[in-house]
Amino acid sequence: MTDVVDTKRAKSQAAGPYGKVGQVLNELDDRLGVAKGGRSFMDKIFPDHWSFMLGEIALYSFVILLVTGVFLTLYYIPSTALVTYHGSYLPLDGQRVTEAYASSVNLSFAVRAGLLMRQMHHWSCDIFVGAMVVHMARVFFTGAFRKPRELNWTIGTTLLILAIGNGFLGYSLPDDLVSGTGIRIAFSILESIPFVGSYLAFFLFGGNYPGATIIPRFYILHVLIVPAIIVGLVGAHLFLLVRQKHTQFPGKGRTENNVVGTPMFPVFMAKTTGFLFIVAGVTALLGAFAQINPIWQFGPYEASRISYAVQPDFYMGFLDGALRIWPSWSFHSFGYTIPLEVFIPSVVLPGLLFNIAYLWPALERKFTNDHAMHNLLDRPSNRPKRTAAGVAVLALMSTLFIASSTDVIANFFRLPLNEVLWGMRFFVILSPFVAYPLAWKICKELQAVQGGGKRKTTNVVTRTAEGEYIATPAPVYVDDVHAELDATPVPDFVVDEPEQAGESGVRTVER
Amino acid sequence: MSEHHDHATPVSLKGLSANDPHLQPAARNPELVERVIAVTLFLGVVLVAGFGASYWVDAKPWILGATMGGGLFFLGVGLVAWGKYLMPKGPFVEERHTLANSDADRDAFAAAIVERGGSVIKRRKMLGGLLGGGLGIFGVVAIFPLLRSLGPLPKGTLFHTDWREGTYAVDITGRRVHVGDLAVGSIVTVYPEGTQETDRGQAVDQTVLIRISNENFTTQKGRETWGPHGYVAYSKLCTHLGCPVGLYEQELQLLVCPCHQSMFNVTNGAIPNFGPAPRPLPQLPLYVDASGYIRSQNDYDQPVGPGFWERS
Repeated sequence: MTDVVDTKRAKSQAAGPYGKVGQVLNELDDRLGVAKGGRSFMDKIFPDHWSFMLGEIALYSFVILLVTGVFLTLYYIPSTALVTYHGSYLPLDGQRVTEAYASSVNLSFAVRAGLLMRQMHHWSCDIFVGAMVVHMARVFFTGAFRKPRELNWTIGTTLLILAIGNGFLGYSLPDDLVSGTGIRIAFSILESIPFVGSYLAFFLFGGNYPGATIIPRFYILHVLIVPAIIVGLVGAHLFLLVRQKHTQFPGKGRTENNVVGTPMFPVFMAKTTGFLFIVAGVTALLGAFAQINPIWQFGPYEASRISYAVQPDFYMGFLDGALRIWPSWSFHSFGYTIPLEVFIPSVVLPGLLFNIAYLWPALERKFTNDHAMHNLLDRPSNRPKRTAAGVAVLALMSTLFIASSTDVIANFFRLPLNEVLWGMRFFVILSPFVAYPLAWKICKELQAVQGGGKRKTTNVVTRTAEGEYIATPAPVYVDDVHAELDATPVPDFVVDEPEQAGESGVRTVER
Repeated sequence: MSEHHDHATPVSLKGLSANDPHLQPAARNPELVERVIAVTLFLGVVLVAGFGASYWVDAKPWILGATMGGGLFFLGVGLVAWGKYLMPKGPFVEERHTLANSDADRDAFAAAIVERGGSVIKRRKMLGGLLGGGLGIFGVVAIFPLLRSLGPLPKGTLFHTDWREGTYAVDITGRRVHVGDLAVGSIVTVYPEGTQETDRGQAVDQTVLIRISNENFTTQKGRETWGPHGYVAYSKLCTHLGCPVGLYEQELQLLVCPCHQSMFNVTNGAIPNFGPAPRPLPQLPLYVDASGYIRSQNDYDQPVGPGFWERS
């Protein structure tokens, strides 16, 4: 017994062929047994495609949010107690402001690198949410959410909701005139929920608006509770990604049963770490050169003041747009009120949209009766109905976003507000109905293109023995042959027409 | 062409010899690429050091951001290029192992839960019921300290403001508004005397006082006495989402909410003529006392601000 232990010790202490590193790894392996798992982790293959980096942008923006956010917590004071401002920003000198507002202005002007950190924090939040939306669109349009990855789609959708929510909580913290108005609107939206609305609003705010506890409560939600949930879910998101391995686009040597690409170490590690630096660098450049949320210009929040042409951050735009264009239909009956003019656009609409997102994988499974495992991605044009549905939703969201600036549009183009409002109503309602058939038709056209989705090839010109020149199109690049997919059964729901059944009774799509 | 394709065939990393073409750098001219990357990384090093220096001397924020951002950006570009052009070009392939276990394993797992658990719980239904009941009750009970203690119940607070019979209207500085203070077409935000600096006064009681004309002004039938000397007062809380209705368009006699552009006609009882607001702004009945001060006859006759369930 002692012999065995001694040999092991001796082995781990002797300098093996891999020197110091080997020694350290041996010590680690003695205790944790990391050698096998570690090697296969180093060998983990990451498929190469630009669209896979969209999720990385989101992940790295979140890292930047955590780092810059920690910096901000060191100087920000979550209190609505009134103080007289005597800081370095002279136009505000002598004003009665809340500690939250004063500390936000102070950390911008009196703390070294404070303004940079605050602007980076705000910018990386916008990048975070934007990257998540684009990443989600990529996953949707390529069918990466299908079995076995439905759970990860669910986690991702939840992350998007949490990110939007935490963004709202975060930009509310400085207690400036613009964000304070946003909090007022949030209170009213809670109030609009039938039966329990006024109770929910009173519980969250600790009483009737404005209450004294909302800033401290938003603060603890924003810096601890929501980020902790996000960290946990991001961990789960990445764990599932490693466990289930990446999806990949079809191509040479790529099948449902393998992953082709570059290994974790060193290639992917170098690229992805470099990409983290690039994302951080671009965020810092934005923080340096592009002013965002200048709270000292907005002034402190006072409930009876308001500013003109105020828009929330972009990820709230679709809600604001919906609130603007929804007609003023309120429901009164039996002594009760349902403020439909608020409840439908700000509660029902986002609830509906996100629930459709949650349910989509199950809906698609049900309608296509496709319960197979899918590790190879779809070309969006090969799934016209799904693609068209996604484009329709994006069109709706975009037009709602545009509708959140009716007043600015009316001013800029010197149009009557009334006409802009009615125009936006038609624009928003029509957009999905125009986008769906248009996207569907484009998908169909793209399918019909010879060699669509593949690189262009040159013509091969040959001379016959008689001296005649014949130009023939060269075969497509071997990398681009999607032979593995040609026999994949295509479900009815996502591909409608091509009814020509092959010999095996399996319908195929032209690629 | 064929050579290219051989190299493009994905191989497994396992047991790959060190001089396999897949492990060669992707760049055709690695020396040149190395030099370019070296320059890029060098720029990064210089800028990052510059960030340190500019932080030391407390330079302007944009210099801090430019040096830090530029430095990280160049370091990142260099590292990405290093990975892309100078590291094993591959492609490599890895087999996907099916995550699903064999039917026997699945059955064994299910059996452990269903048979073992089932036998335990089925035989002891009463214990299970008691435990479940206890946890269930705890779950319900726990909601109260978690939720109920967060804030008071709304009760009547949403139905009333601090305006009472005879309350003086004061401006933000606390000065009582006199009948001679406003010219026709002027507007001022007023509060019940004593609340102008409180949160509640600011958020709930805020009222716009507009002088529409020189004579008593009737906005609607039944409000003949509400507008003495052309003074009319409306709740400043938009009936849509509670933003302060802060814009007064004097020529059109409209109050405009800057949040979602609801417009209220001040001459007819603030009936909304545009936008998403569902109700007129509640009007505050006023009178002018013997000394000429503007005072309220009573509270608003309805809840102010946006709609909620209990509002009739």
